[in-house]
Amino acid sequence: MQISEVVNLKEGTLCYHCGDVCNKSLDIRSGDKVFCCTGCKTVYEILHENNLCKYYDLDKSPGISQKKLESAASSRYSYLDDPKIVTQLTSYNDGKISVCNFVLPQVHCSSCIWLIEKLYKLNSGIIQSEVNFVQKTVNIKFNPKEITLRQVVELLVAVGYEPQISLSDIENQVKFRSNKSLYYKIGVAGFCFGNIMLLSFPEYLAPVGSLEHSFKQFFGLLNLVLGAPVLFYSAGDYFKSAWSGIKQKSINIDFPIVLGLVVLFIRSSFEIITNTGVGFIDSMTGLIFFLLLGKIFQSKTYDALNFERNYKSYFPVSVTLSRSGNETSIPVSNLKNGDRILIRNNELIPADAILFNGNANIDYSFVTGESIPVPKVAGEIIYAGGRQRGSAIELEVIRTVSQSYLTQLWNKDAFIKKDEDKFNSLVNVIGKYFTIVILFIAAAAFMYWYPVSLRTAINAFTAVLIIACPCGIALTNPFALGNAVRILGRNKFYAKNASVVERISKIDTIVFDKTGTITKTGDADITFNGNVLSTTEQKLIKSLVRNSTHPLSGRIYDAIETDELLEVTSFTEHSGKGIEALIDGNTIKLGSALFAADNNKILLGKERSPGKLDSRIFLSINGSIKGFFAINNIYRKGLEEITAGLKNKYKLVVLSGDNEGEKENIERYFNYKSTIYFNQSPNDKLEYVKELQSAGNKVMMIGDGLNDAGALKQSDVGVAISEDITNFSPACDAILDASEFSRLDKFIGFSKTTKKIIITSFIISMVYNIIGVSLAFQSEISPLLAAILMPASSITVVLFTVLSTNLLARKRGL
Amino acid sequence: MSVIVILVFFSVLVAGGFLIAFIWAVKSGQYDDRYTPSVRILFDDESENEK
Repeated sequence: MQISEVVNLKEGTLCYHCGDVCNKSLDIRSGDKVFCCTGCKTVYEILHENNLCKYYDLDKSPGISQKKLESAASSRYSYLDDPKIVTQLTSYNDGKISVCNFVLPQVHCSSCIWLIEKLYKLNSGIIQSEVNFVQKTVNIKFNPKEITLRQVVELLVAVGYEPQISLSDIENQVKFRSNKSLYYKIGVAGFCFGNIMLLSFPEYLAPVGSLEHSFKQFFGLLNLVLGAPVLFYSAGDYFKSAWSGIKQKSINIDFPIVLGLVVLFIRSSFEIITNTGVGFIDSMTGLIFFLLLGKIFQSKTYDALNFERNYKSYFPVSVTLSRSGNETSIPVSNLKNGDRILIRNNELIPADAILFNGNANIDYSFVTGESIPVPKVAGEIIYAGGRQRGSAIELEVIRTVSQSYLTQLWNKDAFIKKDEDKFNSLVNVIGKYFTIVILFIAAAAFMYWYPVSLRTAINAFTAVLIIACPCGIALTNPFALGNAVRILGRNKFYAKNASVVERISKIDTIVFDKTGTITKTGDADITFNGNVLSTTEQKLIKSLVRNSTHPLSGRIYDAIETDELLEVTSFTEHSGKGIEALIDGNTIKLGSALFAADNNKILLGKERSPGKLDSRIFLSINGSIKGFFAINNIYRKGLEEITAGLKNKYKLVVLSGDNEGEKENIERYFNYKSTIYFNQSPNDKLEYVKELQSAGNKVMMIGDGLNDAGALKQSDVGVAISEDITNFSPACDAILDASEFSRLDKFIGFSKTTKKIIITSFIISMVYNIIGVSLAFQSEISPLLAAILMPASSITVVLFTVLSTNLLARKRGL
Repeated sequence: MSVIVILVFFSVLVAGGFLIAFIWAVKSGQYDDRYTPSVRILFDDESENEK
């Protein structure tokens, strides 16, 4: 019985292509190079023939292991011959040149870039291929007369880079994301700001009255000309945001900013044109320039990550159609009712269908979270989203993709709702009161000076509005949160945007999904302790556990490598104890120590190894105890520390799609305050989160699969946990690398600290404002004072937030 | 006086030239990918008869 395969690294030779350990018994060679599988060897031979072996010189063993690639039928990409699909996948086509973009998740080193950009050497039809390493995309220009799109894709597959083509790519093309307009705006603002400063220096430095009057006016008018595009073009987004706030009958922080800017501009224009002063255009442009810098800083995005995936990103593009013995591959979207489709091992069922023939063993974990495959017999309905485990099956489609059960789930409100609606940032709350107070003070200043002269009163009124422009407050958020996003990103917690950090700081309830989130996906470490099991015994066990839906049974089932199953008679499942059955005349029992030993206490005290949270499942055949299966590490490393750190501060909830089999173990991790629910459908999870929210809780949902997607979207902060962050993860607010799961507590704590920093920084900029306003209240402010005070407050705030977030992050070990 | 006006005019003109250059650089996609070109430039040129 080969349950856990141990390979001695020292003796194993590493594959020349991918660097994996080679299996000695296979001995795959080409020349003097050794490979782990024929796939790797094929790639090497293609490269060797075309003089592209430099690929192996740039990085050591740069290749992508070909072992996991399922030996696909040659018709696999035949859907790419469909002209409709071709037009959808190419972004440009004039008959001579076609351009297409693909996502290549395997790109990981400079060798990858080198090889993919040398594709033209492998096929002359390819004109140019350009890799964007950060986004893991490739832009390929090819001549459609020489090479078809299908051949391009097959060429990429042949060298080991299989493009990720999913249904959503077909519907909306792969786009290169960029924020060019922000660069334009900052370019214009920087240009004008620099020139205006240059022209303003004479005013700052010359002794009063010594500057020639005509100069003053000339510089002033030039400043006005340079300042206008900054206000109307570069600061355009602030106008839009303030306006959309007013339309929704709320005042956000952009409103007092825009108010200050507009008053600044009007007063400056008036002074310059009437030749009564030089205005404050320098301060205005400087302020806008700083604000835009903050925006750039905040807009840190993780190009390679996708936070917006829905079920369509998971769906295959094509499906094998079986028509009177012929197999053709067609796009999923072209499926019609009554079509006969062929689903092979590990393929996803794209549409609701009736099983026609074959042994269906459907894994619905994708949809429900339940990880044990469900057997189905011919004539039963199989819903879209299930994955076949086992031999190929034939199905007849009864509902097209867009009408299937899974798609319906996706049309729920939670998925349509926009992100911005669910959160009111602290800075906007402040902005509202700030505006009211400032308008009140400005009015008071006006009233106070009105008896003196109208002119002084207007001066004081505008001076208050100008000096109180909350630039410091407006800069706090982008710099504090933007920096926090960077720090968290360095620690493999990737937030979608800056507002996520602020939202995390508010949460009081954490909801965990079970499968894949607190337990590890993939193979558990299962060992059998006791007598060595014979082949017959293995068959007996496998046949027995096949009938059980307990999660541990599923793991044992996967671990036993035998294909032959025996007929099971009189199967009984004793809830919480174990399972037993009569197979081939043998009574076989699997379960707890007491159960397997027929209430004999001989095994007492051996239920689990001391101090460890493994699960032991005892086996007895015909009354004699054979030993036990020890299942280790099914829970994520560090779960204990996390729950210990979190359970006193937050309400913890576990929602599991699985049955109650693991209840006892989960309860040991989470204390009595936690709530644990089993058999939760995706919709149940979503509703539960909604319920928590309506009770006033701020919920963080941590999940991993599509079955959590609804809850992730509904929650205040949805965190997807992923073993490989560039791989699939459902739509969410943040992606957490599974290896850093144990530091979740720290990430939440750091977000809360960031919020404290923001509040402190608000207070600092308020102090500046109070000083400025009290000076402004006394009517006259000089342009020099404004030019010093406004940038000084901005720079203090920026320095304070960036330095303190860095310092506190280091203190927390981030 | 007038010489300063001319000087200011030229300085703005030169600076404007740089602004246009910057806008052109953004437009032509030079800011879209700020990492890959740094790797690409280190690849040696091929000699065609390389084995």
